[in-house]
Amino acid sequence: MEKIPILRMGDFLLVTIQIDMHDQLALKLQDDLSNAIQQHASKGVLIDISTLEMVDSFIGRMVADISGMGRILGAQTILVGMQPAVAITLVELGLSLPGVATALNVERGMEILRRKIAADGTDERPG
Amino acid sequence: MNAPVNGESPLKSEHDIVLARQLVRKLTQELGFSLVDQTKMVTAASELARNAFTYGRGGSMHWEKTNGGDRRGLKLVFVDEGPGIPNLELAMTDGWTSGHGLGMGLTGAKRLVNEFAIDTKVGVGTRVTIVRWK
Repeated sequence: MEKIPILRMGDFLLVTIQIDMHDQLALKLQDDLSNAIQQHASKGVLIDISTLEMVDSFIGRMVADISGMGRILGAQTILVGMQPAVAITLVELGLSLPGVATALNVERGMEILRRKIAADGTDERPG
Repeated sequence: MNAPVNGESPLKSEHDIVLARQLVRKLTQELGFSLVDQTKMVTAASELARNAFTYGRGGSMHWEKTNGGDRRGLKLVFVDEGPGIPNLELAMTDGWTSGHGLGMGLTGAKRLVNEFAIDTKVGVGTRVTIVRWK
């Protein structure tokens, strides 16, 4: 069975989408990720699409849904590595992915997550 | 021997949508499209292929390398024998969807290409033609 691997790195999950996904595979990833967030109590998810040559409305919706579900489950999702041609096409298609945080690459995405989680942590501790 | 200038690709399964995308990528590369133009055409094809599969109960994609004056381009025709679209004006509205999508398929695809034509008849099927010039 085809499957996109989800790597656990401490508090974060890292997903690298390297293949041209068919729709069911995209839906399966969405399921697997929400289960993984819950199972590991993950605080952040990085979705690396640097090798994806195309994002259409279906994949765009999947990413937006993952981001929304993650938020409800207490994890911040960051989409990283989108190719410029993909970004230009997505906007023209009419998808600007509102509510989805993005970063240029995995490294920067990780920094953003760390900072965000550190900030949340201080908020929770009184005094 | 010259490469073929037209052909047909089935849209009978989700996997066929992936194959259609890959075929369009290859054809636009052969025509020398820029990376952005390749991506736009591939994305438009993906939306229309999915429409034909999901709403049109499957169909096919016909492709043709075409000339318009001194320009070269790629013409794609998505044909299905599905239920047709009863209210085309509504279907061409951003954000409107009859299914589970974002409602960006038709309107989005239209924005990504240079020429767009749709011919639909309730009970007979739908035919969407797009052209993108180099």
